[in-house]
Amino acid sequence: MIGQPGIPPAGSSRSESWGEWFDRHSRTFFIAPAVTLILIFAVFPTFYSIVFALSRVRFTGDGLSFRFVGLQNFYKQFIGTEQVHFLGKIEAMDAFGLVFFIAVTAAVFWWLYRSLKTTTWIGMAGRAISAAMAIFLAWVIGATLLSGNPIGTLLTTLFYVIIGCALQFVIGLGLAFLCSQPVRAKNFFRVVFFIPLMITPLGVGFAMRMVADSSKGPLLPLFNLFGIGSWIWSADAWSARFVMMICDSWQWIPFIFICMLAALENVPRDHVEAAQVDGASSVQIFREITWPQIVPVAVTVLLIRMIEAFKIVDLPNIMTGGGPGTSTESMTLHSYYIWRANDFGSSAAIAYLLLILTVVICASFFNYVVLGQLRKARG
Amino acid sequence: MSTASFKFDKADRSLMERLFEPPAVGKISPAASLVAHFLLIVWSLFVLFPIYWVIITSFKNAVTVNLGPFYIPFLDFQPDLDAWRTQFNTEPNCNFLGIARQFGLFFYNTFAVIISPLAEIQPMDPQICKIYHAFTNSIVVSIFSTAFCIAIGSMAAYALARIQYKPKFGNIMMFVGLTVLVIFATSYAGVPWWASSAVALALFFFLVRAFGKHFKRSLGNGDILFWIISQRILPPIVVVIPIYIMFQAVGLLDTHLALIIVYAVANLPIVVWLMHDFFANLPIELEESAQLDGATRLGIFWEIVLPLTRPGLAATTLLTLILNWNEYLFAVFLAYAKVQTMPIMVAAKNAGEKGIFWWEMSAIIVIMIIPVILMAILLTRFISRGVLLGAVKG
Repeated sequence: MIGQPGIPPAGSSRSESWGEWFDRHSRTFFIAPAVTLILIFAVFPTFYSIVFALSRVRFTGDGLSFRFVGLQNFYKQFIGTEQVHFLGKIEAMDAFGLVFFIAVTAAVFWWLYRSLKTTTWIGMAGRAISAAMAIFLAWVIGATLLSGNPIGTLLTTLFYVIIGCALQFVIGLGLAFLCSQPVRAKNFFRVVFFIPLMITPLGVGFAMRMVADSSKGPLLPLFNLFGIGSWIWSADAWSARFVMMICDSWQWIPFIFICMLAALENVPRDHVEAAQVDGASSVQIFREITWPQIVPVAVTVLLIRMIEAFKIVDLPNIMTGGGPGTSTESMTLHSYYIWRANDFGSSAAIAYLLLILTVVICASFFNYVVLGQLRKARG
Repeated sequence: MSTASFKFDKADRSLMERLFEPPAVGKISPAASLVAHFLLIVWSLFVLFPIYWVIITSFKNAVTVNLGPFYIPFLDFQPDLDAWRTQFNTEPNCNFLGIARQFGLFFYNTFAVIISPLAEIQPMDPQICKIYHAFTNSIVVSIFSTAFCIAIGSMAAYALARIQYKPKFGNIMMFVGLTVLVIFATSYAGVPWWASSAVALALFFFLVRAFGKHFKRSLGNGDILFWIISQRILPPIVVVIPIYIMFQAVGLLDTHLALIIVYAVANLPIVVWLMHDFFANLPIELEESAQLDGATRLGIFWEIVLPLTRPGLAATTLLTLILNWNEYLFAVFLAYAKVQTMPIMVAAKNAGEKGIFWWEMSAIIVIMIIPVILMAILLTRFISRGVLLGAVKG
């Protein structure tokens, strides 16, 4: 069809062109895809997961059938048949465990009492949740670990997160400090130290499994040197956990390293040099000048690392398959194994418990540590 | 030269003093330098040894692996290519041409899946040429997912940096309420999922039109940004079971499309977080003058903003690409047979009953990690220029 000259085509006079229409709604179109996808694939499944956790789920001919069972799936993990797997073996508490539990509880209540005057009602509610989590964890630690009983996947995950993050932070910061000094071949070290972070975790697990192999691995001469040639690390619960943590550290120290190195290089040189001229030792310089300036980055990096650490699954899966027994299973792996056994309800319940644990611990860390440091840094 | 260095002539001091005294401000003493280099080299060995071990193991065979540890090729043991030959077998379709063909057919298959889940074509037999198949899947999934994620993520990040949004708190609560209703209706009352979600969506728009203007409290851009970034806290295991059921309901389980979408969503928080920082640091004057000249928002974004953030964009793309390449948990749930990615194939081999063929596994691992190591080395160039630091500073 040919439009008559002089008269604009019928469509464009009434409504604008497609491009103008898009531009007018660009507010929506810029953000809508991301928000919609997150709503569908993150928020909706999070809510949907509750239904799984509260039901007994079965595959039927035409899909899934849910039968509401209340909190039974959670109940099973804490008190019922799965308690040993999840919390560990809980028997009568030792004196040591009892002392630890009472000490932590007292400290938490004292902290709550002190903050009663300073915070609002909402702040108090948040603190009550953190306090409840701290007391519960203290009870579990006191009743299993400190009383000499085997621990469950909950404490194993916390072991990977807390001990692992602490170790990674110390070594990563040390390496970053070394690399920030005027040393030769800095860029080479930087590239080499960064590589492990990016290697596929599964590949790391396999490489570590080969390296740590106790019958034909490369460290065999080293084992023989220390007289532990016949020792098999994967047969003992704690040594397996420690090996797992070291391998995880091998992968994640680079993350701390690269972030802290960037932070250290941002510290103004003249402050450090002025202190050097004044005759301060390098320990003093680090403690008084460098450290206060890198603390805000340090706590943020630690928070990111903690968030990622809660998700650990590849390494235990490939290196020990969760063994010996269930002693190296993280909560994610625990949930995955139960899913494979077709118990969808319990699997979702454990995943949800992991979510609660992660959110409470990370939010507590964010509120009491990270925000405080950021506020201090801004003055 | 300061007076301090005049006072102490080098000859006057003992060897020990010279060892522990920095020669100048901004330098370190020889002893400290020695210790630093020693520690750095020890750590490099610790980092590089596992990688080295995987590489040399891939050149061993059953005999050289099982007779105890051998460390140096040609001196300790005679390297051979057994493991590599097993991987790159000469079955029909199992070659590099096959990868290209597979890549082209991916588009056809995706198209076919959208039309009908049944009309799929499978050119390369996953059972015979496992490694080519897995490698192709990994490439397809990570590249498309990264492109998708960067596109929507950087658009959202730009919008959050430049446009004011004020979502009403009441509307969000209504949405959450309707979502919960949909979930309970589908799982306990037996309503089909498409019916309940359609009704809920219609109801939501109606309610927003009707009551939206009465809500007073609203959230700001900072809240939306925090909400998107905080999705990273969510452990994947929480959402993966419902996502599995959702894809099963629409017949997309075990397809490239499912993995691409899910990976993109999983990395969206990181992309938005990093890109938001780059966009927020750009001078706004350029965009304002372009707007005065009559440029559209999409035009400004495409022609002015994106070229200015090119280093940041490249670094974020690389990071996302690596994360997608390495992803395991989603793949193990959503891609069990036809679209197995490299990590899944490795994990499946690891669980085999015949015991592990270390040399073959090493060859696969080498193939799997070479692309990542190359990308990582590329990425350090950006990081050492401080490209990604801004976001961490908070």
